[in-house]
Amino acid sequence: MAAAELAPSPPSGTAIARAPREGTTSWPLVDRIGYWLCWTVGIGLCLVALAIVLFMLVKGISYLRIGLLVHSPAPSQIQSQSGGFLDPIEGTLIVALIGTVIAVPVGVAIATWLSEYRRPAGLARAVESAIEITAGAPSVVLALFGLLIFAQGFLGFLSQRAATGAVYGRSFFAAGVVMAGLALPLIVSSPRAGLAQLPNHLREASYALGRTRATTIRRVLLPAIRPDISTGTVLGIGRIIGDTAIIRILLGLTLTTQPVGQVPVLGLLRGTGSTLTSYIYENSPAGEGLSPQKAYAAAFVLLAIVLALNGLVTWTTNRGPRWTR
Amino acid sequence: MPPPVRRIAVDRDPYVAPERPLGNGHATPAVNATRLRATRAPAALVRERMRVESVWLAYGENWVVRDVSLTVRQGEVLAMIGASGSGKTTLLRSLNRLTEITDGAARSGRITLDGTDIHELEVNQLRRHVTMVFQQPNPFPMSIFDNVAYALAERPGRGGRRRRRTPAIERAVSDALHRAGLYDEVAGDLDRSAMRLSGGQQQRLCIARALAAEPEVLLLDEPCSALDPISTATIEELIVSLRESVAIVIVTHNLQQAFRVADHVAFMHLGELVEYGTSEQVFDRPAMQRTRDYISGAFG
Repeated sequence: MAAAELAPSPPSGTAIARAPREGTTSWPLVDRIGYWLCWTVGIGLCLVALAIVLFMLVKGISYLRIGLLVHSPAPSQIQSQSGGFLDPIEGTLIVALIGTVIAVPVGVAIATWLSEYRRPAGLARAVESAIEITAGAPSVVLALFGLLIFAQGFLGFLSQRAATGAVYGRSFFAAGVVMAGLALPLIVSSPRAGLAQLPNHLREASYALGRTRATTIRRVLLPAIRPDISTGTVLGIGRIIGDTAIIRILLGLTLTTQPVGQVPVLGLLRGTGSTLTSYIYENSPAGEGLSPQKAYAAAFVLLAIVLALNGLVTWTTNRGPRWTR
Repeated sequence: MPPPVRRIAVDRDPYVAPERPLGNGHATPAVNATRLRATRAPAALVRERMRVESVWLAYGENWVVRDVSLTVRQGEVLAMIGASGSGKTTLLRSLNRLTEITDGAARSGRITLDGTDIHELEVNQLRRHVTMVFQQPNPFPMSIFDNVAYALAERPGRGGRRRRRTPAIERAVSDALHRAGLYDEVAGDLDRSAMRLSGGQQQRLCIARALAAEPEVLLLDEPCSALDPISTATIEELIVSLRESVAIVIVTHNLQQAFRVADHVAFMHLGELVEYGTSEQVFDRPAMQRTRDYISGAFG
């Protein structure tokens, strides 16, 4: 029979029984209590998230002015004269950029080696533990360690020297490098999971055409996990721009960007400055507390960036090629 | 009294049949299919390519292929049939040394390609002479063109780098796509991602890719098991049409498929080569009881 001849629905007047929705009335009491508990917790979490976003939205938008985004902070006790937070936005971008540029190639390389070679096995296990330790270390600890390293005399060219010859150890470069360490575990795990997901016959198909392992990785496997690399990168950036401790310790306490010397890029890398997180900290009641309204506005901008990055993660995951295993 | 319960004998598993040879002229156990190849390839075109001599293969302590000898000829399709775990896929993978990437793989015996021991060849060279197509279609995440170009020979030391499209490369790619019967369907847009093709087209792209390396032998590991019947028929016709230019070995679970495409059939059971001969011998006049039971559906 042709499809067109099939009746679209039962004749009118036919009794139609719809499957009832599953009710909880027949469940044992314990099951029902557990079920409602899950509901409560879930709704509670939604309320907390909603409260944060709404609170920051109301507070932030009411204080946010376009002027704040395009003016540098100015040293003033009076809120109306203390400028905007252009420099902290720049600083956030610079630190995120340095951290990403270092962490992504290193992270993808580590992920590839761990998942495709794993030889020698002992070293692979050691690297895995090292990544876990880095992932678990509080960023304050990483920052202190970073300061120890970058304050070494022979690394003076990466920050600035005091008149006494002591190395300051604080600069965009120092902060960016330690941030790379902070983001590395996130940037390793996502491509690693992606490689583990790829079916073995994909690798074998490349070997079976006489291609080496390295060529297979470069031309088949890495392109196949591009969405995972993006996801890891975005998660890493989110981690970097949200961190305060490393900025406080390794970028100094100036609110404006202060390059060292006249060389354009190098001077900036050696210089100090601030990011949105340190700006918020400084201006909130917890820090100097001079302009809390601007802290709210900056926090709103930061939250907006982080939420946008989260959206990007949702968008990048589950895209890209899929094979049957 | 409860009614008598008919039980399936589990103590016969794995199936072991008496190894007595059958008399000749046995009634054919019906494999319900039609042979695709109307005739054999002209004898002049049939030439020996690979020879497997007393080969044993193991993973760890487990010998999965035991003392197998057979010949792979160009101009003929060799089908390897047998139940799961019979060692046919392992034997197939040993022909291009793909077994070696599994840790703990061991071997004994000798496999030659055109008279040369394949273990004396550089492994990546061997794999360009003996290419393979897998059970699941696995196009690489790049364009149709790049998928085929990936397999093309290139100067040593420049392994797999993305290259400019020279007329020679374009000709080689379209040749391979023509041979795999895919060209007319994709010619309009070779820059389209290969991931967007249908399953049957993807599998023919994988065949095109394997042919682009200009191999002497093409290995097919259950190439149709993930495909619909129409795509399967297309690929089976393709296999038969390719046999004169390349020696073909196909592993299949599907007896009808083996019957339709094969000139020679190797029936394996628990790692042993039970019967090896022409399709007519194995399907129409099996010499061994186990072969007869397998192709008539008594086990498998």
